[in-house]
Amino acid sequence: MGLTGLEIFKQLPRTNCKDCGSPTCLAFAMALANGKASLDKCPHVTDEARENLDSASAPPIKLIKVGTGDQTVELGDETELFRHDKKFYHPTAVAILVSDQEDVEAKVNQIKELEFERVGLKFITDMVVVKNDSGDADTYKAAVEKAAALTDKALVLMAEDTGVMAKALEVAAGRKPLVYAATAENYEAMTALAKDKGCPLAVRGKGLEDTAALVEKVAALGYKELVVDTGERETSKVLADLTQVRRLAVKKRFRPLGYPTIAFTSKEDPLEEAAQATVYLSKYAGVVVMKTAEKQHILPLLSWRQNLFTDPQKPIQVEAKMYGVGDVNENSPLYITTNFSLTYYIVEGEVEASKVPSYIIAVNTDGISVLTAWAAGKLTGESIAAAMKKAEVEEKLAHKKVVIPGHVAVLSGSVEESTGGWEVLVGPREAAGIPKYAKANFA
Amino acid sequence: MAFNLHKEKYRSKVSEVVLGATKEEGGTRSHTLTVGGESTLPFLQFEGDIPNRPIAALEIWDVAPEDWNPCFDPYYKDVYDNTGAWARKCVDEFGADLVLLRLKGADPDGKDRSPEECANTVKEVLEAVSVPLIVIGCGKGEKDNQVMPLVAEVASGEKLLMGVAEQENYKSITAACMVHKHNLIAQSPIDINICKQLNILINEMNLDLNKIVIDPTIAALGYGLEYGYSIMERARLGALGGDRMLAMPMIGNVGYEVWRVKEANASEEEFPGWGQQEERAILWETTTAVALLQAGMDILVLRHPKALEVVKKNIDELMESNKYE
Ligand code: SF4
Repeated sequence: MGLTGLEIFKQLPRTNCKDCGSPTCLAFAMALANGKASLDKCPHVTDEARENLDSASAPPIKLIKVGTGDQTVELGDETELFRHDKKFYHPTAVAILVSDQEDVEAKVNQIKELEFERVGLKFITDMVVVKNDSGDADTYKAAVEKAAALTDKALVLMAEDTGVMAKALEVAAGRKPLVYAATAENYEAMTALAKDKGCPLAVRGKGLEDTAALVEKVAALGYKELVVDTGERETSKVLADLTQVRRLAVKKRFRPLGYPTIAFTSKEDPLEEAAQATVYLSKYAGVVVMKTAEKQHILPLLSWRQNLFTDPQKPIQVEAKMYGVGDVNENSPLYITTNFSLTYYIVEGEVEASKVPSYIIAVNTDGISVLTAWAAGKLTGESIAAAMKKAEVEEKLAHKKVVIPGHVAVLSGSVEESTGGWEVLVGPREAAGIPKYAKANFA
Repeated sequence: MAFNLHKEKYRSKVSEVVLGATKEEGGTRSHTLTVGGESTLPFLQFEGDIPNRPIAALEIWDVAPEDWNPCFDPYYKDVYDNTGAWARKCVDEFGADLVLLRLKGADPDGKDRSPEECANTVKEVLEAVSVPLIVIGCGKGEKDNQVMPLVAEVASGEKLLMGVAEQENYKSITAACMVHKHNLIAQSPIDINICKQLNILINEMNLDLNKIVIDPTIAALGYGLEYGYSIMERARLGALGGDRMLAMPMIGNVGYEVWRVKEANASEEEFPGWGQQEERAILWETTTAVALLQAGMDILVLRHPKALEVVKKNIDELMESNKYE
């Protein structure tokens, strides 16, 4: 959401000197509005106008980076309120809390085990929050040092005492951790510290308006690598605040809240905590901080994040090819499905559950499901035969039997014809029927 | 910069549907449940009203399920064979707001129970519990067309929520709802246009719009939940924007979808990397439900009592006022 050509035009010198290569200032303004020119081309623009234009063309929510190397976490830079309008870009970072009063090594190692594989994707948690509960600078420094040594994940340093924070930053500043937090009481010193070390800074106020005011004070000190926390901890109020921050930034371009947000769960019961985190992740949190680090509590949340942040315009596809499930050989059954990843992985899961090693060919349907692909003419006897040929089934298999999805039983004849006489078996309509079907036919 | 809250002004609101009828109203329920009526997006009380909290049902069957995960046994095993007792347990012990009875026994490929047998089970459940009731068929259209009219008749006046009407098969159940004063679930296959179209068709048969609940079809977490989520979000924005054919409360069959997927059922031995099975499954249901609540779901149907408990607490928290002073 940038400025219109006319709005830009008002900021230009309006001399039509042509130095920018455009015939008029207006033409140049139009080119800028369309992203076809860069402001640097006009040598005459005033500093004031440049700043106005820069801030107006900046994204509504600033992109903030935490951490270094491969595990750098990017937050913010979102432009939408609803995923059906356009993709959400930067998945909410899931952070796990470690207290400097617990066994830091044990907890960090537990966090490192939170790596999941399902439906062909790898899910991980992104950040480790080290919290100063001891109140002691040396204890905290040691805890931070230990956590930093154990994991490459992005760190969040959580201490309100600037002396404690300064000490921890001696050992961790190079990791570009998120410094949490600048508050009304400490913001001058905390901002100086973060700015000096070049680390992103979280700003925590007391409610929405107070937080916006505090961010302005921090920004006035010349630092804008910020993440905001409105200080609310009750589910319903956090939801309201996260919604307001997002709306004000995106719809009103309200700069003091144009930063990613961080939300903390407050529930002690891990199931309730996960439910609370699901609310925050669904509605705009940049970072969600959890206490539980049990696999079964974290996998559902990460799965939801994966779903929510997929591009609604682009169905996720798997490579259109033949896959072997289990210990396959030339006598293994052959199933046909589409390359819509959801469809494919459901079929794969059921074939795996059938315990009969099998091949699956994912036919290229541009990532749409069986029935839709059939209706759109993308799953036909010919396309199935072509995919089989490409997979070299004649060379790889000793039999000539192929199972097609039950929903497209009508394709039996044309598959038989197009493949030159393969025996076509009609599988179950729903993938869930595959284990039973395989047992009856292939066991 | 001056600080001003950003409040949206919506043109319209979600319609209200009343489930169940008391004695005075021609039924036998101890109370009614009203869903819908929201004049803003989910739980944003700072700019509108959420007059009725979302309600949570537990799903029961008229036959003992053969393939429900063993982790349900401690809760339900003793009542699987007694549908009335099962319903009672869901309400009295586990705190379900209402019960969804799935007439699985009617399935011609299963027990193939007669419409009369199914109707008797409905009566049994109505006697066993005093909360409003949701009744849905076995999912095979032809058979359901024989079963549901009789169900509607024996429960006449109870203002059941009955399902499901689909685009290819809506007339007989809609007629049954009209005659016997029930509410209807209109189910569309993750498609907002069909969703609207079906409501128009049902409305053309003269069933009041405030007798319809939308089931836009949802998938489980990890299996396309985002599609149902976005359809619900779009339908709700449509409702608030004044589209009467999208203005109905919405229902989601969370338990049914979740318990079909591997992540809910696979043991920890099989997938050590996924953690403990039962808690994982409870959270698979909970996460699916809580996400859809954020998209506008008004009636959620669950299976695991612990998921019900966690989701109800989440709703309690979200119903706390978030108005700005
Ligand atoms: S260089 Fe600047 S002042 Fe000259 S025409 Fe271009 S925009 Fe106008």
